[in-house]
Amino acid sequence: MIDFELSEEQQMIRDTVGAFALEQMRPAAREADETGSVPADLIEKLWELGVVVQSAIPEKFGGAGDVRSAVTSAVIAEELGYGDIAIASHATAPRLFAFPILEAGTEEQRERHLKKFAAPKFVPATAALMEPRFDFDTTTLATSVRREGAGLVLNGRKCFVPLAADSESLLVYASSDPNAGYQGVEGFIIARNAPGLTISAREKNMGFKALATYGLEFKDCKIAPEARLGGEGGINFSRLMSETRVALAAMAVGMARAAYEYARDYAKERRAFGAAIAQKQAIAFILAEMAIEVDASRLLVWEAAWELDRGEDALASSYLAKNYVANSVLKITDNAVQVLGGHGYIREHPVEMWLRNARGLAALDGIATV
Amino acid sequence: MIDFEIEPSVLKRVKMFHMVADSVMRPISREFDEKEHEEPTQYFQTMWAANAMAESSMDLPKKKESSEAKSGDGAKAAARSPMRNLYTVITTEELCWGDAGLFLATPNAGLGGAAVMAAGTPEQKERFLSRFRGGEPKWGAMAITEPGFGSDSSQVTTTATREGDDYVLNGTKIFCTGGDRAAKSEGFIVVWATVDKSAGRPGIKPFVVEHGTPGMTVVRVENKLGIRASDTAAIVFDNCRIPKDHLLGSPEVRKEGGFKDVMATFDATRPIVAAMAIGVGRAALDFVRDFLKQENIPVRYGISPRRLTALERDFMEMEVQLKAARLLTWRAAWMMDVGKHNNLEASMAKAKAGLAVTLITQKAVELLGPLGYSRQYLLEKWMRDAKINDIFEGTQQINLLIVARRILGYSSKELN
Repeated sequence: MIDFELSEEQQMIRDTVGAFALEQMRPAAREADETGSVPADLIEKLWELGVVVQSAIPEKFGGAGDVRSAVTSAVIAEELGYGDIAIASHATAPRLFAFPILEAGTEEQRERHLKKFAAPKFVPATAALMEPRFDFDTTTLATSVRREGAGLVLNGRKCFVPLAADSESLLVYASSDPNAGYQGVEGFIIARNAPGLTISAREKNMGFKALATYGLEFKDCKIAPEARLGGEGGINFSRLMSETRVALAAMAVGMARAAYEYARDYAKERRAFGAAIAQKQAIAFILAEMAIEVDASRLLVWEAAWELDRGEDALASSYLAKNYVANSVLKITDNAVQVLGGHGYIREHPVEMWLRNARGLAALDGIATV
Repeated sequence: MIDFEIEPSVLKRVKMFHMVADSVMRPISREFDEKEHEEPTQYFQTMWAANAMAESSMDLPKKKESSEAKSGDGAKAAARSPMRNLYTVITTEELCWGDAGLFLATPNAGLGGAAVMAAGTPEQKERFLSRFRGGEPKWGAMAITEPGFGSDSSQVTTTATREGDDYVLNGTKIFCTGGDRAAKSEGFIVVWATVDKSAGRPGIKPFVVEHGTPGMTVVRVENKLGIRASDTAAIVFDNCRIPKDHLLGSPEVRKEGGFKDVMATFDATRPIVAAMAIGVGRAALDFVRDFLKQENIPVRYGISPRRLTALERDFMEMEVQLKAARLLTWRAAWMMDVGKHNNLEASMAKAKAGLAVTLITQKAVELLGPLGYSRQYLLEKWMRDAKINDIFEGTQQINLLIVARRILGYSSKELN
């Protein structure tokens, strides 16, 4: 039955993570963006909240064994994005490795790789999806895998892999058949020091600057068949893609909300021509549209998340939601800079940073998941 | 718990409404668009009879027993009414998918009835609304707008002068939906008139004028861009005498009540108008989708957005805008049903729906090129029908203004 109210538990989680975002993450955001690094103790504090991976790890591996909910994850992701999307992406990167294994791994893979995430300290881990070409497309991955004798060989390049240099193991997506779209995509659990794998120097991007991302190159990288995620059964890559879209879009909604609130509060204080600029229709209408679009964006994300929770792949709804949010958040953050005028342009108020971050959403995929 | 599923009992009714839309409305859509001032009598009879049946068998879905009820907070749970607004929004979308003009022309208590419900005494509600339960098709209408104003409804110049046991109305109203049919049937028109111009808003009151009252004359039925099956009337009140108990609610000129009460009806009707728009938008979207399928043109969800064809990109934009508008509209209606104040959310929904559906229907005509432009198909009609939703029941700009005031905490004096 149609219902727009979060459960009491979800409201509590939202409020807890939201307070952490505002009190701990937000004050660290500007410095993290300028220096390109996230304070380690902040990451540990976030890890201690238990919402990154621990709640989902099965009890037999030391986790809380909670049933995963994409809606709840989206609520958490929004609050983390409200704090800072780059810090949030760093903090939740381990999910990129752990959750697909949790969802699609063989019993042996789950046994081998999930226990370590029940640890009391942050465990860097990641997945490699994006590729450094302008026409990068998850339905036609250029990173290829082919059989060679008893084993497999990976070739190709990846980019925008969060925390690759610090992650012992990575999940790498490659295609065994570029004509098969999502059906041909498989995941491979690979050690960072695998022969044939080179990790590039740290990348430099327009936004998400606090997030350490790297390129990978696979040159005839030999891997054992056991590395294939899900064994012979493979993975439901379409569903995994939907999960990443929902996560990224949810974080973006949080950032959009931050930008809208910031612009709104500024406009109520800033005066021109005898009144607060918020009292001028041009500004007021911009703020009204921002408010509408934050809510519309959130509901689209929730609908896709809800479909995931019903066991559906949510392909259309997650794709439409993510693309909508990429546009709406760009517009919202652009308007936030505009409302702040010259002050919005200076690297002191956060709005210019949020605009730089927002522009990335159209290109980025797979750097977060629910 | 977040949930977007329409429950089975409602879905059943949606199917019924869809059948009406498809088999009763669509076949006559073009005819009553071309013949703007003719009466779709058969349609009226069919809908009136169906309504009579529906009224008697209406069992609206009730909210499930909430956790509050389980934990003993039964009073709170009991206060929650059945999901009436959400139900109305969902079924309205379905009927307007059929034909928005015919939907507005459907004989019922309409906005006049809504005003009676919002501002009338229990006795007045019975007196004015019981007629809609039987007899011949009839209409209720509401007349607010005048030649001199639309959005600024505090500028009412139509006067209601007390004379003994009567009020005498003088003035001109325009853009009254259903006004002609209300006047010609056993219906009524709720007229906003002022008992004291110097008092401003508090002086504006709603008055019920019965069909056939001397001094009320429909002087014109407009020729419109769209929703042509709906009659839009200009009405002159020339010493139109009505009994004093036709004033809805209290006659006192005080800050509360009257004007405010009727303005409050807009919180309920805004989501319904948004739903109207969404129905029209969906008609256009469905048409384009079916057409693309027929032509074997794929719409590829999941590929890199940069590789989408222009056609795919536009279609997906239409689709997601409609979804966004619908979710905001459902939310606004749901809030009313669970007793939450929804003034902000209703205006958000109306602003978004009007804008989104204008764009969707305009884009749909564009995408189908010469076929979209032809009056051989209903697509061009839907673009014309859609546009009104951006305007009536609160223009997009007024709704944005309301949203802005709420989010900024400003009064109408502080932001206008």
